[in-house]
Amino acid sequence: MAAPGIVWLLLCFVFPLYVVLCIVFGQVDPLFRTPIPVWNPLQWNPSQFSYVLTHIVGADGIFGPALVRTAVFVFTASSLCLLIAFPVAYYVARLSGRRKGLLLALLIAPFWISYMMRMFAWVNLLQNDGIVNKVLSFGGLFTVNVDWLTGQPVVVILGLVYGYVPYMILPLYAGLDRLSQPMLEASRDLGADRFSSFWRVTLPLCRPTILAAVLLTCLPMLGDYFTSDMLSASPKTAMVGNLINDSVHAPGRTGQAGAFVMLVFLVALLPMLYYIRVTSRRDEVAS
Amino acid sequence: MRGPVAWWNDPWRPPRFLVGITAGYLAWSLLPVAIAVLYSFNNGRSRTTWQGFSLRWYWGDSTLSVWHNDALHTALLQTLKLGVITTLITVPLGVLFAIGIDRWRGRLPEGANFLMLLSFVLPEVLLAVALLFVLTTVALPIDLGTTAQVIGLITFQVSYPAVLVRARLATIGPQYEEAAMDLGASPLGALRRIILPMLMPAIFASTVLVFADVIDDFVLVRYLSGAASTEPVSVKIYNTARGAPTPALNALASLLLFSALTAVVIGFLVYRYLSRGDTTTKDRGIGAFAGEL
Repeated sequence: MAAPGIVWLLLCFVFPLYVVLCIVFGQVDPLFRTPIPVWNPLQWNPSQFSYVLTHIVGADGIFGPALVRTAVFVFTASSLCLLIAFPVAYYVARLSGRRKGLLLALLIAPFWISYMMRMFAWVNLLQNDGIVNKVLSFGGLFTVNVDWLTGQPVVVILGLVYGYVPYMILPLYAGLDRLSQPMLEASRDLGADRFSSFWRVTLPLCRPTILAAVLLTCLPMLGDYFTSDMLSASPKTAMVGNLINDSVHAPGRTGQAGAFVMLVFLVALLPMLYYIRVTSRRDEVAS
Repeated sequence: MRGPVAWWNDPWRPPRFLVGITAGYLAWSLLPVAIAVLYSFNNGRSRTTWQGFSLRWYWGDSTLSVWHNDALHTALLQTLKLGVITTLITVPLGVLFAIGIDRWRGRLPEGANFLMLLSFVLPEVLLAVALLFVLTTVALPIDLGTTAQVIGLITFQVSYPAVLVRARLATIGPQYEEAAMDLGASPLGALRRIILPMLMPAIFASTVLVFADVIDDFVLVRYLSGAASTEPVSVKIYNTARGAPTPALNALASLLLFSALTAVVIGFLVYRYLSRGDTTTKDRGIGAFAGEL
């Protein structure tokens, strides 16, 4: 019964990844600058891949800054996400009492709102004559003319946090909701104050949940290019996703896009494997 | 008057700090969208200054409103079309996949399960670019456009029903099926008459999840779209947001929002109806429905 699903995944998931390899290590048509895939791994030519690798660091490191920026943005944004998501999830899961259903519905609401719509909402707010500048000027008291939408790293990071926080809150909520109440009561009975009971019981118990939640937000952020495009549209805030997006349709640079895809895939591989291990282990415990 | 030390040690004090953070977060996450929806009813061209209420951008304006502008309502229809087609194919595929994987022990199903989870966490751009390469360099009878978008979306979404149904299968356990077979049901009969009805809430929840996720999708549908007529709402927003859009764009986005919320509310009510009297899902409420993984 699983056969159609397996065939589908092989055809539309594994095969495309192989095609990416064939293009990265393939030839470029000298006339039209279109990529020619080379299907036989023995004839692969690594020149396009090494071109990308040699241009990351050093004198002509044109790709390096964007890669570093991606790391910094993703790290900062995920830390901020965790700082916001954990208290909110903790409150709603453990302390909200009767209001839990309503609060949960409100927490889930951003899930059903298109990501583009939420970014567009901020584009409206951050216009030069937008509400943010109006609020900052206290009704004309100060003159504030901040150009929020042209290459402000802060805005892009806030956009990332805004976009991905819901994806972190939900798994955290699920994990905190499952936390065993008797265990916490036992720790208080045995003399732990609220801090050490949180530090030594709650946190260790939900460490896998936290890691899974962080991964669930980090991994999509790695491939993000539209947040930067919507909120800054400037190469000053370009991330690795922008490098992929810009080179995919550029003649003769398709192989580079493929090389970046491979790079992101390799970087994301370990976290992905870790996530899969954590979730399958939890399934085994559950069943 | 209590001192601060007594206040700190009082185990019954309300968690004001956490309430504050939660309230602040909810306002921060929902207000910008609410303001964008509000300005779709603006009676002027501005998206930042309020000029009175009107439905001008929905159908009043004879050239620029969503109702009259071809480009805008084509985008909305394309989004809904992709949502319906993808959901109809993805859900049966994923459900069968989950049941098959669950019953079948060995190396191969483990590998398939791994692939399925990998497609769940892989950054979307990677899959989109890979599929784009396939379609542009391999001689296939498929052009960029609706078919390509549907194929990409199915690949990306098939893990949702699979994961949800597998989780549900794990909570059901083997005993009902064994009882049915002891009483004379064939394996397929037990599956059809016992397990499938018990899986119904999970199948239904994943249907709504997949639909809502597909109509929000951006990366895949943008790379795999052909002509402008196959660009759905999210791509339209992306393309025009940085230019000088009219509130008609807000109106378009709001319409998408309303359809997603309607689908979810109806879905939730039906889900509650389907899972009534079921003790294993009762205490999870709306969380079970949101694809709590």
